[in-house]
Amino acid sequence: MSVDPAVVRRIAHLARIAVEDKEVERLNGEINAILAFVEALGSVDIAGVEPIASVLPMQMKKRADVVDDGGIVDDILANAPAREENYFVVPKVVE
Amino acid sequence: MSQSAPSKYIKGATGDWEVVIGMEIHAQVTSRAKLFSGASAEYGGAPNDHVSLVDAAMPGMLPVINEECVRQAIRTGLGLEAQINLRSIFDRKNYFYPDLPQGYQISQYKHPIVGEGAVIVDVSPSERITVGIERLHLEQDAGKSLHDLSATESHVDLNRSGVALMEIVSRPDMRSSDEARAYVSKLRTILRYIGSCDGNMEQGSLRADVNVSVRRPGGPLGTRCEIKNVNSIRFIGQAIEVEARRQIAILEDGGKIDQETRLFDPGKGETRSMRSKEEAHDYRYFPDPDLLPLEFDQDYVNTLRAQLPELPDAKRARFIASYGLPPYDAGVLVMERASADFFEETAKGRDAKLAANWVINELFGRLNKEGLDVAQSPVSASALGAIIDLISSDVISGKIAKDLFEIVWSEGGDPTEIVESRGLKQVTDTGAIEAAVDAVIAANPDKVAQAKEKPTMLGWFVGQVMKQTGGKANPQAVNELLRRKLGV
Repeated sequence: MSVDPAVVRRIAHLARIAVEDKEVERLNGEINAILAFVEALGSVDIAGVEPIASVLPMQMKKRADVVDDGGIVDDILANAPAREENYFVVPKVVE
Repeated sequence: MSQSAPSKYIKGATGDWEVVIGMEIHAQVTSRAKLFSGASAEYGGAPNDHVSLVDAAMPGMLPVINEECVRQAIRTGLGLEAQINLRSIFDRKNYFYPDLPQGYQISQYKHPIVGEGAVIVDVSPSERITVGIERLHLEQDAGKSLHDLSATESHVDLNRSGVALMEIVSRPDMRSSDEARAYVSKLRTILRYIGSCDGNMEQGSLRADVNVSVRRPGGPLGTRCEIKNVNSIRFIGQAIEVEARRQIAILEDGGKIDQETRLFDPGKGETRSMRSKEEAHDYRYFPDPDLLPLEFDQDYVNTLRAQLPELPDAKRARFIASYGLPPYDAGVLVMERASADFFEETAKGRDAKLAANWVINELFGRLNKEGLDVAQSPVSASALGAIIDLISSDVISGKIAKDLFEIVWSEGGDPTEIVESRGLKQVTDTGAIEAAVDAVIAANPDKVAQAKEKPTMLGWFVGQVMKQTGGKANPQAVNELLRRKLGV
Protein backbone atom coordinates (compact mmCIF):
# COMPACT_ATOMS: atom_id res chain seq x y z
CA MET A 1 0.00 0.00 0.00
CA SER A 2 1.23 3.49 -0.78
CA VAL A 3 -0.10 7.03 -1.13
CA ASP A 4 0.39 9.70 -3.75
CA PRO A 5 0.42 13.52 -3.37
CA ALA A 6 -3.34 13.75 -4.08
CA VAL A 7 -4.10 11.34 -1.23
CA VAL A 8 -1.79 13.27 1.09
CA ARG A 9 -3.67 16.49 0.35
CA ARG A 10 -6.98 14.75 0.92
CA ILE A 11 -5.95 13.26 4.27
CA ALA A 12 -4.67 16.65 5.38
CA HIS A 13 -7.95 18.26 4.38
CA LEU A 14 -10.06 15.63 6.19
CA ALA A 15 -7.98 16.20 9.34
CA ARG A 16 -8.25 19.98 8.87
CA ILE A 17 -4.47 20.31 8.87
CA ALA A 18 -3.03 23.05 6.64
CA VAL A 19 -0.33 21.56 4.42
CA GLU A 20 1.58 23.74 2.00
CA ASP A 21 2.40 22.50 -1.47
CA LYS A 22 6.12 22.33 -0.77
CA GLU A 23 5.47 20.03 2.23
CA VAL A 24 3.40 17.53 0.26
CA GLU A 25 6.37 15.83 -1.41
CA ARG A 26 8.20 15.32 1.89
CA LEU A 27 5.05 14.04 3.69
CA ASN A 28 4.33 11.73 0.80
CA GLY A 29 7.75 10.15 1.22
CA GLU A 30 7.42 9.87 5.00
CA ILE A 31 3.97 8.31 4.91
CA ASN A 32 5.10 5.80 2.29
CA ALA A 33 8.11 4.91 4.40
CA ILE A 34 5.85 4.27 7.40
CA LEU A 35 3.47 2.19 5.30
CA ALA A 36 6.37 0.14 3.95
CA PHE A 37 7.52 -0.48 7.52
CA VAL A 38 4.06 -1.60 8.62
CA GLU A 39 3.78 -3.75 5.51
CA ALA A 40 5.82 -6.40 7.33
CA LEU A 41 2.62 -7.27 9.23
CA GLY A 42 1.19 -8.48 5.94
CA SER A 43 3.51 -11.52 6.07
CA VAL A 44 1.73 -12.92 9.15
CA ASP A 45 -0.93 -15.54 8.49
CA ILE A 46 -4.06 -14.35 10.34
CA ALA A 47 -6.60 -16.63 8.65
CA GLY A 48 -9.26 -17.53 11.23
CA VAL A 49 -7.84 -15.21 13.92
CA GLU A 50 -10.32 -12.85 15.58
CA PRO A 51 -9.20 -9.22 16.01
CA ILE A 52 -8.08 -8.55 19.60
CA ALA A 53 -10.08 -5.87 21.41
CA SER A 54 -8.17 -6.15 24.66
CA VAL A 55 -5.13 -8.05 25.86
CA LEU A 56 -6.89 -8.76 29.14
CA PRO A 57 -9.91 -11.07 29.24
CA MET A 58 -12.37 -8.51 30.54
CA GLN A 59 -15.92 -7.33 29.90
CA MET A 60 -16.81 -3.78 29.05
CA LYS A 61 -17.49 -1.72 32.15
CA LYS A 62 -20.98 -0.29 32.33
CA ARG A 63 -22.44 2.59 34.32
CA ALA A 64 -25.85 2.78 35.98
CA ASP A 65 -28.36 5.23 34.53
CA VAL A 66 -27.72 7.95 37.10
CA VAL A 67 -27.12 11.65 36.53
CA ASP A 68 -23.96 12.39 38.46
CA ASP A 69 -22.19 14.85 36.19
CA GLY A 70 -22.81 18.12 34.35
CA GLY A 71 -23.68 21.54 35.79
CA ILE A 72 -20.08 22.67 35.26
CA VAL A 73 -20.57 25.18 32.47
CA ASP A 74 -17.57 27.32 33.50
CA ASP A 75 -15.25 24.32 33.28
CA ILE A 76 -16.74 23.35 29.93
CA LEU A 77 -16.20 26.82 28.49
CA ALA A 78 -12.88 27.51 30.23
CA ASN A 79 -10.78 26.97 27.10
CA ALA A 80 -13.23 28.40 24.57
CA PRO A 81 -11.65 31.20 22.52
CA ALA A 82 -15.02 32.95 22.46
CA ARG A 83 -18.18 32.56 24.51
CA GLU A 84 -21.45 34.39 24.87
CA GLU A 85 -24.28 33.67 27.32
CA ASN A 86 -22.68 30.29 28.09
CA TYR A 87 -22.59 29.27 24.42
CA PHE A 88 -19.40 28.49 22.51
CA VAL A 89 -19.07 31.05 19.73
CA VAL A 90 -17.55 29.89 16.44
CA PRO A 91 -17.26 31.36 12.95
CA LYS A 92 -20.55 31.05 11.09
CA VAL A 93 -21.24 27.53 9.82
CA VAL A 94 -24.21 27.13 7.55
CA GLU A 95 -25.25 24.15 5.50
CA MET B 1 -37.90 -6.28 -3.89
CA SER B 2 -41.61 -6.12 -4.37
CA GLN B 3 -43.53 -4.13 -6.89
CA SER B 4 -46.52 -2.11 -5.79
CA ALA B 5 -50.08 -1.88 -7.02
CA PRO B 6 -50.56 0.37 -10.07
CA SER B 7 -52.81 2.64 -7.99
CA LYS B 8 -49.68 3.82 -6.17
CA TYR B 9 -47.88 4.91 -9.32
CA ILE B 10 -47.25 8.55 -10.00
CA LYS B 11 -48.38 9.65 -13.46
CA GLY B 12 -45.66 11.42 -15.40
CA ALA B 13 -45.79 13.02 -18.84
CA THR B 14 -44.22 9.91 -20.37
CA GLY B 15 -45.97 7.23 -18.32
CA ASP B 16 -46.12 5.78 -14.83
CA TRP B 17 -43.41 6.00 -12.19
CA GLU B 18 -42.99 4.06 -8.99
CA VAL B 19 -41.43 5.72 -5.95
CA VAL B 20 -39.14 3.65 -3.72
CA ILE B 21 -38.61 4.78 -0.12
CA GLY B 22 -36.35 3.66 2.69
CA MET B 23 -35.86 5.38 6.02
CA GLU B 24 -33.34 5.94 8.76
CA ILE B 25 -35.09 6.91 11.96
CA HIS B 26 -33.14 8.46 14.81
CA ALA B 27 -34.93 7.75 18.06
CA GLN B 28 -33.66 9.26 21.29
CA VAL B 29 -33.36 6.58 23.97
CA THR B 30 -35.39 7.26 27.09
CA SER B 31 -32.75 7.44 29.82
CA ARG B 32 -31.77 9.80 32.61
CA ALA B 33 -28.09 10.06 31.70
CA LYS B 34 -26.24 10.12 28.37
CA LEU B 35 -24.89 7.12 26.44
CA PHE B 36 -21.30 7.39 27.69
CA SER B 37 -21.39 9.96 30.51
CA GLY B 38 -23.28 10.82 33.68
CA ALA B 39 -24.62 14.16 32.39
CA SER B 40 -28.38 14.61 32.13
CA ALA B 41 -30.07 13.55 28.88
CA GLU B 42 -33.13 15.67 29.63
CA TYR B 43 -34.40 17.91 26.83
CA GLY B 44 -33.65 21.63 27.14
CA GLY B 45 -31.69 23.04 30.05
CA ALA B 46 -29.51 26.16 30.19
CA PRO B 47 -26.83 26.21 27.44
CA ASN B 48 -23.98 23.76 28.14
CA ASP B 49 -25.39 22.83 31.55
CA HIS B 50 -26.04 19.15 30.74
CA VAL B 51 -22.45 18.62 29.70
CA SER B 52 -19.66 16.62 31.32
CA LEU B 53 -15.99 16.74 30.42
CA VAL B 54 -16.59 13.51 28.46
CA ASP B 55 -19.28 15.14 26.31
CA ALA B 56 -17.04 18.14 25.68
CA ALA B 57 -14.28 15.72 24.60
CA MET B 58 -11.67 17.08 26.98
CA PRO B 59 -8.32 15.27 26.59
CA GLY B 60 -8.01 12.04 28.54
CA MET B 61 -11.73 11.58 29.14
CA LEU B 62 -12.99 8.04 28.57
CA PRO B 63 -16.50 6.89 27.65
CA VAL B 64 -18.31 4.40 29.93
CA ILE B 65 -21.53 2.96 28.55
CA ASN B 66 -24.90 3.50 30.24
CA GLU B 67 -26.40 0.02 30.75
CA GLU B 68 -29.95 1.38 30.53
CA CYS B 69 -29.35 2.49 26.94
CA VAL B 70 -28.17 -1.02 26.08
CA ARG B 71 -31.23 -2.51 27.76
CA GLN B 72 -33.57 -0.19 25.83
CA ALA B 73 -31.88 -0.96 22.50
CA ILE B 74 -32.32 -4.71 23.10
CA ARG B 75 -35.97 -4.27 24.13
CA THR B 76 -36.60 -2.21 21.00
CA GLY B 77 -34.93 -4.85 18.85
CA LEU B 78 -37.19 -7.49 20.40
CA GLY B 79 -40.21 -5.28 19.66
CA LEU B 80 -39.11 -5.14 16.02
CA GLU B 81 -38.94 -8.96 15.91
CA ALA B 82 -35.26 -8.52 15.16
CA GLN B 83 -32.13 -10.53 15.68
CA ILE B 84 -30.26 -9.43 18.82
CA ASN B 85 -26.48 -9.59 18.50
CA LEU B 86 -24.86 -10.78 21.72
CA ARG B 87 -21.62 -9.10 20.67
CA SER B 88 -21.45 -5.72 18.95
CA ILE B 89 -18.75 -3.16 18.32
CA PHE B 90 -18.58 0.61 18.69
CA ASP B 91 -16.80 2.49 15.92
CA ARG B 92 -15.71 6.05 15.38
CA LYS B 93 -17.37 7.90 12.53
CA ASN B 94 -15.04 10.78 11.76
CA TYR B 95 -16.14 14.18 10.56
CA PHE B 96 -15.60 17.81 11.46
CA TYR B 97 -18.34 20.05 12.71
CA PRO B 98 -18.35 22.56 15.58
CA ASP B 99 -21.14 20.77 17.45
CA LEU B 100 -19.14 17.52 17.46
CA PRO B 101 -16.29 18.23 19.89
CA GLN B 102 -14.74 14.74 19.63
CA GLY B 103 -14.26 15.13 15.89
CA TYR B 104 -16.02 11.77 15.60
CA GLN B 105 -19.33 10.26 16.56
CA ILE B 106 -19.26 7.00 18.50
CA SER B 107 -21.58 4.77 16.50
CA GLN B 108 -21.82 1.15 15.37
CA TYR B 109 -20.88 0.21 11.84
CA LYS B 110 -20.24 -3.38 10.82
CA HIS B 111 -21.46 -5.02 14.01
CA PRO B 112 -24.65 -3.35 15.31
CA ILE B 113 -26.45 -4.44 18.48
CA VAL B 114 -29.60 -5.35 16.52
CA GLY B 115 -29.82 -7.02 13.11
CA GLU B 116 -32.69 -7.80 10.75
CA GLY B 117 -36.32 -7.48 11.78
CA ALA B 118 -39.72 -6.45 10.45
CA VAL B 119 -42.58 -4.06 11.15
CA ILE B 120 -46.16 -4.80 10.12
CA VAL B 121 -47.82 -1.62 8.92
CA ASP B 122 -51.52 -1.00 8.33
CA VAL B 123 -51.61 1.59 5.56
CA SER B 124 -55.42 1.69 5.49
CA PRO B 125 -58.24 -0.45 6.90
CA SER B 126 -57.83 -2.77 3.90
CA GLU B 127 -54.08 -2.67 3.26
CA ARG B 128 -51.26 -4.14 5.28
CA ILE B 129 -47.56 -4.20 4.33
CA THR B 130 -44.41 -5.51 5.98
CA VAL B 131 -41.41 -3.19 6.12
CA GLY B 132 -38.08 -4.92 6.64
CA ILE B 133 -35.68 -3.59 9.26
CA GLU B 134 -32.05 -3.82 8.23
CA ARG B 135 -30.50 -2.94 11.59
CA LEU B 136 -30.67 -0.88 14.73
CA HIS B 137 -27.56 0.57 16.29
CA LEU B 138 -26.65 2.80 19.22
CA GLU B 139 -24.87 6.09 18.67
CA GLN B 140 -24.27 9.52 20.17
CA ASP B 141 -26.26 12.59 19.28
CA ALA B 142 -24.34 15.76 18.35
CA GLY B 143 -24.67 19.18 19.99
CA LYS B 144 -26.76 21.96 18.58
CA SER B 145 -25.61 24.94 16.51
CA LEU B 146 -27.67 28.11 16.49
CA HIS B 147 -27.15 30.21 13.40
CA ASP B 148 -29.59 33.02 13.99
CA LEU B 149 -28.16 34.78 17.05
CA SER B 150 -25.52 36.58 14.98
CA ALA B 151 -24.86 37.38 11.32
CA THR B 152 -21.22 36.29 11.39
CA GLU B 153 -21.05 33.68 14.14
CA SER B 154 -22.70 30.44 15.21
CA HIS B 155 -23.45 29.55 18.83
CA VAL B 156 -22.90 26.02 20.06
CA ASP B 157 -24.75 24.26 22.89
CA LEU B 158 -23.49 20.77 23.77
CA ASN B 159 -26.44 19.69 25.94
CA ARG B 160 -27.49 17.09 23.39
CA SER B 161 -23.92 16.03 22.70
CA GLY B 162 -23.60 12.39 23.74
CA VAL B 163 -27.30 11.73 24.28
CA ALA B 164 -28.11 8.14 23.25
CA LEU B 165 -29.83 7.58 19.90
CA MET B 166 -31.06 4.42 18.26
CA GLU B 167 -30.70 4.60 14.50
CA ILE B 168 -33.30 2.29 12.98
CA VAL B 169 -32.65 1.56 9.31
CA SER B 170 -35.47 0.19 7.15
CA ARG B 171 -35.20 -1.66 3.89
CA PRO B 172 -36.41 0.28 0.82
CA ASP B 173 -39.80 -1.41 1.18
CA MET B 174 -42.17 1.55 0.93
CA ARG B 175 -43.87 2.57 -2.32
CA SER B 176 -45.86 5.71 -1.48
CA SER B 177 -45.89 8.63 0.92
CA ASP B 178 -48.89 7.02 2.65
CA GLU B 179 -46.90 3.86 3.30
CA ALA B 180 -43.98 5.91 4.63
CA ARG B 181 -46.18 7.91 6.98
CA ALA B 182 -47.91 4.77 8.22
CA TYR B 183 -44.51 3.15 8.84
CA VAL B 184 -43.22 6.03 10.96
CA SER B 185 -46.48 6.17 12.84
CA LYS B 186 -46.35 2.43 13.58
CA LEU B 187 -42.70 2.55 14.59
CA ARG B 188 -43.48 5.43 16.92
CA THR B 189 -46.33 3.41 18.47
CA ILE B 190 -44.03 0.44 19.06
CA LEU B 191 -41.33 2.63 20.64
CA ARG B 192 -43.87 4.26 22.93
CA TYR B 193 -45.34 0.90 24.00
CA ILE B 194 -41.87 -0.36 24.82
CA GLY B 195 -41.00 2.91 26.52
CA SER B 196 -37.61 3.16 24.85
CA CYS B 197 -38.33 6.52 23.14
CA ASP B 198 -41.02 9.09 23.89
CA GLY B 199 -41.57 9.64 20.14
CA ASN B 200 -41.83 13.41 20.55
CA MET B 201 -41.07 14.72 17.06
CA GLU B 202 -41.39 18.39 18.01
CA GLN B 203 -38.55 18.08 20.52
CA GLY B 204 -36.54 16.04 18.05
CA SER B 205 -36.76 12.75 19.98
CA LEU B 206 -37.74 11.12 16.69
CA ARG B 207 -36.28 12.34 13.38
CA ALA B 208 -36.31 10.77 9.96
CA ASP B 209 -33.83 10.74 7.09
CA VAL B 210 -35.84 9.68 4.05
CA ASN B 211 -34.27 8.01 1.01
CA VAL B 212 -36.31 8.56 -2.13
CA SER B 213 -35.80 7.29 -5.68
CA VAL B 214 -38.11 6.70 -8.63
CA ARG B 215 -38.17 4.04 -11.32
CA ARG B 216 -40.37 2.67 -14.06
CA PRO B 217 -42.69 0.07 -12.49
CA GLY B 218 -40.72 -3.13 -12.01
CA GLY B 219 -37.61 -1.59 -13.59
CA PRO B 220 -34.14 -1.23 -12.07
CA LEU B 221 -33.78 1.03 -9.03
CA GLY B 222 -33.11 4.71 -9.68
CA THR B 223 -30.49 6.88 -8.01
CA ARG B 224 -31.66 7.98 -4.57
CA CYS B 225 -31.55 11.26 -2.73
CA GLU B 226 -31.55 11.47 1.05
CA ILE B 227 -33.80 14.06 2.64
CA LYS B 228 -32.31 14.86 6.05
CA ASN B 229 -33.93 15.45 9.39
CA VAL B 230 -37.62 15.64 8.60
CA ASN B 231 -39.35 16.19 11.91
CA SER B 232 -43.06 15.51 11.50
CA ILE B 233 -45.08 12.72 9.96
CA ARG B 234 -46.97 15.20 7.79
CA PHE B 235 -43.71 16.72 6.47
CA ILE B 236 -42.37 13.23 5.70
CA GLY B 237 -45.36 12.71 3.40
CA GLN B 238 -44.98 16.13 1.77
CA ALA B 239 -41.22 15.79 1.34
CA ILE B 240 -41.62 12.44 -0.45
CA GLU B 241 -44.29 13.80 -2.79
CA VAL B 242 -42.28 16.85 -3.88
CA GLU B 243 -38.99 14.96 -4.11
CA ALA B 244 -40.51 12.19 -6.26
CA ARG B 245 -42.03 14.77 -8.61
CA ARG B 246 -38.74 16.67 -8.81
CA GLN B 247 -36.89 13.50 -9.80
CA ILE B 248 -39.55 12.51 -12.34
CA ALA B 249 -39.38 15.96 -13.97
CA ILE B 250 -35.59 15.68 -14.32
CA LEU B 251 -35.74 12.15 -15.76
CA GLU B 252 -38.53 12.98 -18.18
CA ASP B 253 -36.44 15.91 -19.43
CA GLY B 254 -33.68 13.43 -20.22
CA GLY B 255 -31.56 14.41 -17.24
CA LYS B 256 -30.04 12.28 -14.50
CA ILE B 257 -30.36 12.28 -10.72
CA ASP B 258 -27.30 13.13 -8.65
CA GLN B 259 -27.02 11.13 -5.45
CA GLU B 260 -27.00 13.80 -2.77
CA THR B 261 -28.31 14.98 0.57
CA ARG B 262 -31.26 17.38 0.47
CA LEU B 263 -33.28 19.43 2.92
CA PHE B 264 -37.07 19.78 2.90
CA ASP B 265 -38.36 23.33 3.27
CA PRO B 266 -41.99 23.04 4.41
CA GLY B 267 -42.59 26.76 3.90
CA LYS B 268 -41.67 26.68 0.22
CA GLY B 269 -42.82 23.09 -0.31
CA GLU B 270 -39.54 22.07 -1.97
CA THR B 271 -36.38 20.11 -1.31
CA ARG B 272 -32.99 21.64 -1.96
CA SER B 273 -29.45 20.41 -2.11
CA MET B 274 -27.47 20.62 1.13
CA ARG B 275 -23.88 20.27 0.01
CA SER B 276 -23.80 19.40 -3.64
CA LYS B 277 -20.30 20.75 -4.27
CA GLU B 278 -18.65 19.22 -1.25
CA GLU B 279 -16.73 16.00 -1.66
CA ALA B 280 -18.39 12.71 -0.86
CA HIS B 281 -18.33 11.82 2.81
CA ASP B 282 -15.34 9.89 3.98
CA TYR B 283 -16.07 8.88 7.55
CA ARG B 284 -13.06 6.58 7.95
CA TYR B 285 -14.85 4.29 10.41
CA PHE B 286 -12.66 2.27 12.73
CA PRO B 287 -13.30 0.42 16.03
CA ASP B 288 -13.21 2.82 18.98
CA PRO B 289 -10.11 1.81 20.99
CA ASP B 290 -11.67 3.34 24.13
CA LEU B 291 -14.49 0.80 24.17
CA LEU B 292 -14.42 -2.97 24.47
CA PRO B 293 -16.95 -5.00 22.46
CA LEU B 294 -20.45 -4.80 23.92
CA GLU B 295 -21.36 -8.26 25.14
CA PHE B 296 -24.25 -9.83 27.03
CA ASP B 297 -25.73 -13.32 27.19
CA GLN B 298 -28.89 -14.90 25.83
CA ASP B 299 -30.35 -15.22 29.35
CA TYR B 300 -30.33 -11.45 29.66
CA VAL B 301 -32.13 -11.12 26.32
CA ASN B 302 -34.67 -13.77 27.35
CA THR B 303 -35.36 -11.95 30.60
CA LEU B 304 -35.97 -8.71 28.75
CA ARG B 305 -38.22 -10.50 26.27
CA ALA B 306 -40.29 -11.97 29.09
CA GLN B 307 -40.73 -8.50 30.62
CA LEU B 308 -41.87 -6.77 27.43
CA PRO B 309 -45.39 -5.35 27.59
CA GLU B 310 -48.04 -6.62 25.20
CA LEU B 311 -47.16 -4.93 21.90
CA PRO B 312 -49.64 -3.26 19.53
CA ASP B 313 -49.95 -6.13 17.02
CA ALA B 314 -50.66 -8.67 19.76
CA LYS B 315 -53.06 -6.32 21.50
CA ARG B 316 -54.92 -5.62 18.28
CA ALA B 317 -55.27 -9.35 17.59
CA ARG B 318 -56.55 -9.90 21.12
CA PHE B 319 -59.09 -7.06 20.82
CA ILE B 320 -60.42 -8.63 17.63
CA ALA B 321 -60.51 -12.15 19.04
CA SER B 322 -61.77 -11.59 22.56
CA TYR B 323 -63.91 -8.46 22.21
CA GLY B 324 -65.14 -9.14 18.67
CA LEU B 325 -64.08 -5.68 17.49
CA PRO B 326 -63.74 -4.86 13.79
CA PRO B 327 -60.02 -4.80 12.84
CA TYR B 328 -60.12 -1.10 12.06
CA ASP B 329 -61.55 -0.18 15.48
CA ALA B 330 -59.03 -2.45 17.18
CA GLY B 331 -56.26 -0.72 15.22
CA VAL B 332 -57.42 2.73 16.30
CA LEU B 333 -57.63 1.68 19.94
CA VAL B 334 -54.12 0.22 20.11
CA MET B 335 -52.36 3.24 18.50
CA GLU B 336 -51.55 4.48 21.99
CA ARG B 337 -51.11 2.21 24.98
CA ALA B 338 -53.04 4.67 27.17
CA SER B 339 -56.01 4.58 24.75
CA ALA B 340 -56.04 0.79 24.74
CA ASP B 341 -55.93 0.71 28.55
CA PHE B 342 -58.76 3.26 28.72
CA PHE B 343 -60.86 1.14 26.39
CA GLU B 344 -60.26 -2.05 28.37
CA GLU B 345 -61.21 -0.38 31.62
CA THR B 346 -64.36 1.03 30.02
CA ALA B 347 -65.29 -2.28 28.42
CA LYS B 348 -64.76 -4.43 31.50
CA GLY B 349 -67.98 -6.38 32.10
CA ARG B 350 -69.83 -4.39 29.43
CA ASP B 351 -70.81 -4.59 25.77
CA ALA B 352 -67.33 -4.21 24.22
CA LYS B 353 -68.53 -3.00 20.82
CA LEU B 354 -70.67 -0.31 22.43
CA ALA B 355 -67.73 0.66 24.62
CA ALA B 356 -65.42 0.82 21.57
CA ASN B 357 -67.90 3.04 19.74
CA TRP B 358 -68.12 5.43 22.65
CA VAL B 359 -64.38 5.55 23.21
CA ILE B 360 -63.55 6.05 19.51
CA ASN B 361 -66.40 8.28 18.36
CA GLU B 362 -67.39 10.35 21.36
CA LEU B 363 -64.31 10.40 23.55
CA PHE B 364 -61.51 10.45 20.95
CA GLY B 365 -63.54 12.84 18.79
CA ARG B 366 -63.89 15.24 21.67
CA LEU B 367 -60.26 14.84 22.83
CA ASN B 368 -59.00 15.57 19.30
CA LYS B 369 -61.16 18.64 19.06
CA GLU B 370 -59.74 19.99 22.30
CA GLY B 371 -56.18 18.88 21.52
CA LEU B 372 -56.00 16.68 24.62
CA ASP B 373 -54.59 13.21 25.00
CA VAL B 374 -56.37 10.37 26.70
CA ALA B 375 -54.53 10.82 30.00
CA GLN B 376 -56.01 14.33 30.23
CA SER B 377 -59.58 13.22 29.56
CA PRO B 378 -62.07 14.92 31.91
CA VAL B 379 -64.32 11.87 31.54
CA SER B 380 -62.78 8.89 33.32
CA ALA B 381 -63.09 5.31 32.09
CA SER B 382 -65.38 4.48 35.01
CA ALA B 383 -67.64 7.48 34.27
CA LEU B 384 -67.86 6.49 30.60
CA GLY B 385 -68.58 2.92 31.72
CA ALA B 386 -71.40 4.21 33.91
CA ILE B 387 -72.91 6.10 30.94
CA ILE B 388 -72.76 2.89 28.88
CA ASP B 389 -74.45 0.98 31.70
CA LEU B 390 -77.28 3.53 31.69
CA ILE B 391 -77.75 2.99 27.94
CA SER B 392 -77.57 -0.80 28.19
CA SER B 393 -80.17 -0.93 30.93
CA ASP B 394 -82.50 1.36 28.92
CA VAL B 395 -82.43 4.05 31.62
CA ILE B 396 -81.43 6.67 29.05
CA SER B 397 -81.59 6.81 25.26
CA GLY B 398 -78.52 7.07 23.06
CA LYS B 399 -79.35 10.68 22.36
CA ILE B 400 -79.68 11.63 26.03
CA ALA B 401 -76.44 9.71 26.63
CA LYS B 402 -74.63 12.20 24.37
CA ASP B 403 -76.04 15.10 26.39
CA LEU B 404 -75.02 13.31 29.57
CA PHE B 405 -71.50 12.82 28.17
CA GLU B 406 -71.33 16.59 27.57
CA ILE B 407 -72.40 17.32 31.15
CA VAL B 408 -69.83 14.91 32.61
CA TRP B 409 -67.15 16.31 30.25
CA SER B 410 -67.69 19.94 31.24
CA GLU B 411 -69.00 19.69 34.82
CA GLY B 412 -67.78 16.32 36.04
CA GLY B 413 -69.88 14.29 38.49
CA ASP B 414 -71.37 10.83 38.73
CA PRO B 415 -73.44 9.98 35.62
CA THR B 416 -76.06 7.99 37.57
CA GLU B 417 -76.66 10.84 40.00
CA ILE B 418 -76.83 13.39 37.19
CA VAL B 419 -79.50 11.33 35.42
CA GLU B 420 -81.44 11.13 38.66
CA SER B 421 -81.13 14.78 39.71
CA ARG B 422 -81.78 16.27 36.29
CA GLY B 423 -84.60 13.98 35.35
CA LEU B 424 -82.90 12.56 32.24
CA LYS B 425 -84.43 9.11 32.62
CA GLN B 426 -85.98 7.68 29.55
CA VAL B 427 -89.77 7.53 29.60
CA THR B 428 -90.71 3.91 28.96
CA ASP B 429 -94.18 4.32 30.46
CA THR B 430 -96.32 3.60 27.39
CA GLY B 431 -99.20 5.62 28.77
CA ALA B 432 -97.16 8.83 28.92
CA ILE B 433 -95.67 8.22 25.47
CA GLU B 434 -99.06 7.41 24.03
CA ALA B 435 -100.46 10.69 25.37
CA ALA B 436 -97.69 12.59 23.63
CA VAL B 437 -98.20 10.65 20.40
CA ASP B 438 -101.94 11.34 20.47
CA ALA B 439 -101.36 15.03 21.10
CA VAL B 440 -99.03 15.35 18.10
CA ILE B 441 -101.40 13.45 15.81
CA ALA B 442 -104.34 15.56 16.92
CA ALA B 443 -102.48 18.82 16.34
CA ASN B 444 -101.33 17.94 12.80
CA PRO B 445 -104.16 16.46 10.72
CA ASP B 446 -102.59 17.66 7.44
CA LYS B 447 -99.32 15.90 8.18
CA VAL B 448 -101.20 12.75 9.15
CA ALA B 449 -102.77 12.71 5.69
CA GLN B 450 -99.37 13.23 4.06
CA ALA B 451 -97.85 10.44 6.11
CA LYS B 452 -100.31 7.93 4.69
CA GLU B 453 -99.00 8.78 1.20
CA LYS B 454 -95.37 9.07 2.21
CA PRO B 455 -94.23 6.78 5.05
CA THR B 456 -90.90 8.62 5.37
CA MET B 457 -92.91 11.37 7.08
CA LEU B 458 -92.76 9.12 10.13
CA GLY B 459 -89.44 10.65 11.05
CA TRP B 460 -91.04 14.06 11.40
CA PHE B 461 -93.60 12.66 13.86
CA VAL B 462 -90.89 10.92 15.89
CA GLY B 463 -89.06 14.24 16.12
CA GLN B 464 -92.19 16.01 17.35
CA VAL B 465 -92.92 13.41 20.01
CA MET B 466 -89.31 13.49 21.21
CA LYS B 467 -89.54 17.27 21.44
CA GLN B 468 -92.72 17.03 23.51
CA THR B 469 -91.08 14.58 25.90
CA GLY B 470 -87.84 16.51 26.19
CA GLY B 471 -86.01 13.76 24.31
CA LYS B 472 -86.65 11.29 27.08
CA ALA B 473 -89.14 9.02 25.37
CA ASN B 474 -87.80 5.63 24.35
CA PRO B 475 -87.41 6.07 20.57
CA GLN B 476 -88.37 2.46 19.84
CA ALA B 477 -91.61 2.77 21.78
CA VAL B 478 -92.40 6.04 19.99
CA ASN B 479 -91.77 4.43 16.61
CA GLU B 480 -93.99 1.47 17.31
CA LEU B 481 -96.87 3.57 18.60
CA LEU B 482 -96.72 5.98 15.69
CA ARG B 483 -96.66 3.20 13.14
CA ARG B 484 -99.71 1.63 14.68
CA LYS B 485 -101.68 4.84 15.04
CA LEU B 486 -100.81 6.22 11.63
CA GLY B 487 -101.23 2.86 9.99
CA VAL B 488 -97.93 3.04 8.09
